[in-house]
Amino acid sequence: MSGVDVVELSRLQFALTALYHFLFVPLTLGLSVLLAIMESVYVMTGRQIWRDMTMFWGVLFGINFAMGVATGITMEFQFGTNWSYYSQYVGDIFGAPLAIEGLMAFFLEATFIGLFFFGWDRLSKPGHLAVTWCVALGSNFSALWILIANAWMQHPVGSRFNPDTMRMEVTDFSAVLFNTVAQSKFVHTVSAGYVTGSMFVLSIGALYLLRGRHVELAKRSMTVAASFGLASALSVVVLGDESGYTTTQNQKAKIAAMEAVWHTEPAPAPLTVFGIPDTVHHETHDRIDVPWLLGLLATRSISTKIPGIINLVDEAKTRIHRGLEGYAAIARLRGNPQDGDARKMIADRQGDLGYALLLRRYVDDPMQATDRQIEQAAWDTVPDVDVLFWCFRLMVLLGFYFIALFAYAFYVASRRRLGRGRIFLYAALWSLPLPWIAAEVGWIVAEYGRQPWIIEGLLPTFLAASPVPVANVWISLIGFVVFYTALLVVDLYLLIKYVRIGPTESWEIPDFAGRKVPPGGVIVDRARLYPTPTPAG
Amino acid sequence: MAVPIDYATLRVVWWALLGILLIGFAIFDGFDLGTTMLLPFIGRSNTERRVLINSVGPVWEGNQVWFILGGGASFAAWPPLYAISFSGFYIAMFVVLVALILRPVAFKYRGKLDNQLWRNVCDWALFLGGLVPSLIFGVAFGNLLQGVPFHFDDELRAVYTGSFFGLLNPFALLCGLVSVVMLAAHGAAYVHMKTAGDIAERARHAGIATSLLTLVLFAVAGLCVYGWIDGYALAQPLDHAGPSNPLRKAVETSVGAWFGNYRVAPWTAAAPLIGLAGPLLTAVLLVARRPVASFLASALGLAGIIATPGLAMFPFILPSSASPDASLTAWDASSSQMTLFIMLVAVVIFLPIVLGYTAWVYRVLRGKVTPQMFEANRQAY
Repeated sequence: MSGVDVVELSRLQFALTALYHFLFVPLTLGLSVLLAIMESVYVMTGRQIWRDMTMFWGVLFGINFAMGVATGITMEFQFGTNWSYYSQYVGDIFGAPLAIEGLMAFFLEATFIGLFFFGWDRLSKPGHLAVTWCVALGSNFSALWILIANAWMQHPVGSRFNPDTMRMEVTDFSAVLFNTVAQSKFVHTVSAGYVTGSMFVLSIGALYLLRGRHVELAKRSMTVAASFGLASALSVVVLGDESGYTTTQNQKAKIAAMEAVWHTEPAPAPLTVFGIPDTVHHETHDRIDVPWLLGLLATRSISTKIPGIINLVDEAKTRIHRGLEGYAAIARLRGNPQDGDARKMIADRQGDLGYALLLRRYVDDPMQATDRQIEQAAWDTVPDVDVLFWCFRLMVLLGFYFIALFAYAFYVASRRRLGRGRIFLYAALWSLPLPWIAAEVGWIVAEYGRQPWIIEGLLPTFLAASPVPVANVWISLIGFVVFYTALLVVDLYLLIKYVRIGPTESWEIPDFAGRKVPPGGVIVDRARLYPTPTPAG
Repeated sequence: MAVPIDYATLRVVWWALLGILLIGFAIFDGFDLGTTMLLPFIGRSNTERRVLINSVGPVWEGNQVWFILGGGASFAAWPPLYAISFSGFYIAMFVVLVALILRPVAFKYRGKLDNQLWRNVCDWALFLGGLVPSLIFGVAFGNLLQGVPFHFDDELRAVYTGSFFGLLNPFALLCGLVSVVMLAAHGAAYVHMKTAGDIAERARHAGIATSLLTLVLFAVAGLCVYGWIDGYALAQPLDHAGPSNPLRKAVETSVGAWFGNYRVAPWTAAAPLIGLAGPLLTAVLLVARRPVASFLASALGLAGIIATPGLAMFPFILPSSASPDASLTAWDASSSQMTLFIMLVAVVIFLPIVLGYTAWVYRVLRGKVTPQMFEANRQAY
């Protein structure tokens, strides 16, 4: 089919730009809250060092924030540019949280980020603190709304197929809003962001202690990061488990692929801690199983079974046949819009319509599909077992490592021994990239694990792409790779440069009159700062 | 859930809200796009350029959300409009995107390296980041007025059959120029208001020239719409509360059809009149050295200029040149009644809050921008 290339390239572009965007988002989420905490301590205690900390981490935050905002616009555009049928088919539901995100979150963070940097000498202490909290709140609201939108793609509730408009329409907005998947995903994702922010501060603080620079600032920053990081690491794992539980309820194929459960096993199912999935023979070799554990974790019962992949494929075949009856009814309705029986049939089969659409990969008219094509389409509902199995294990392993590292950091910090053991400092320093790896593989488990669906059970990804010329997608894809790589180089260069400069030196600079400026460049003499403007000319 | 507002009203409200968001975008983000377009011409030394950059530095980011919100609102309220325009204008959108990504990076990173070459690169990025989106938005309006080539298949899958270079036709480029000069004038009026000395004076001159140019080009574009390009009209009345399926109507096209609404509802002629009066007033007030008044006059002019095609085209929102019957109108291309209502509730709650804190931020930042300010504040740009 001629459309395949556009679909594959669009998917690649979306994955690359989303993964790239997600390099900056977790740090924005975490660091914004850490800045607000540090500045709160400053306002409560009045101690200058806490203000220095806020300003220093604020500079690094600003460099990262610019990239997060810039790459975020790409994401909003791409639904329209590359996934136009998706936008048309579900815009009625998916567009609303996106627009509310703009109204409630983007305006908040973007309006106040300017004052965060420009307002130090124009606002009272509590005034500036309120600004910082607004930035943090805005970032976190943004995560909430985009995850409500994403949760609907994973678990499409509160909507129905309308044959008159040939699209999905909302029936119950509160169901979309209070989607159980959205809740666990939101807390899981922002916690991952807090872990990232905490690790960033902990690692750079450790670097300073290893070099014996900025010791007081580094110790205090690390103490904040250790406590906030420990709470967040615990939260990320607990809510990760909650996410797994909701996935078991709603995306059975995803959980089966993550755990490489080929056949439904007697409840409660064992958890395969390690094994080598064999996607040809549909079994897992060299398994190390913990009896009962998966059943207990994923279903929270001892009697509920977790369906295996083979059984889910059989179920998918049934749903394809049911979906085909709905598909036929849509064609009848097109011929005769007054056909009440066809409407009834569509309403009854709307949950399975998407399964009939899976056949469009193999045949233009699904009604003509052969048994072999139905078999193929049913197997398409199985996500990539290898990738999911290993990415999931890597993410979980990292999650537990973060708990251990932050727990130890918290212990050391509370005993006031930060800076004594160099092994811990090196461990903290070299752990810097790990939260990003965890976040990226987490994205892969969640989104690649949703395949072949763009909206679980409703619309296959390959049908959702824009019918644009393949050359266009090549242009944008190559453009993004080149442009984003250049930006990453600049971003990392600046981050490293400002970490090297460090907090103290960058603030104690001579002002325009040759005096030493206190940290933050605050000029006490307001008359000099704002001279009465002279008339033009 | 029963929706307490009828479908037709909600559609008109959302049609108006889309226009208000566009006008909000032009008034707020327009002045920082305009300021960065003028950067190489008005700012002659690094200090002068930093004055210009810092005059919009604390606010451009919030301003840009107007555009992002416009995209999100069209996605939510007019899904086919969002789907067809973004995928149809694929390359144009990609170019806008690159320009918009250059802006935050250049704004934030320019001052972070003490290197003249780096600053020049950032200045060019800011200039292009202002010019390119302004031009393309105008070009998009020019194509909207002429209709764009798309049709639907049986499943209401939209197929766009035009090309990138097809977008760059003479009338569309004329509209692009209107957009560039009007935002440059708006930026100049802003700079004149926010700075002092030589820069302010240069901005004043640039503002007078560009606002007069806006006046002329806007008038020429109007003549083209009257006597040259095809307008669209409904062949029969359309059910205002019908399902959002654009394949159930007939549309006819003729030269000058876009002037039909002025006959049916003469009050709509207020938009082009304001669009002509605004730039003229801006120029006069700049000559008279009235900074705040000239900025407000410019904002008024922008509202008039943007409202003109919107009101002239009503109820059309995206005409199809390939298949006029498939054109998108306010009556058959919206979201469901419930979605429009829920989104309206969100707007009614949040927009006043947004306007409230935006006003507060501008109040905190009031006063002229001087070199001393950013030389003192290390976190300035």
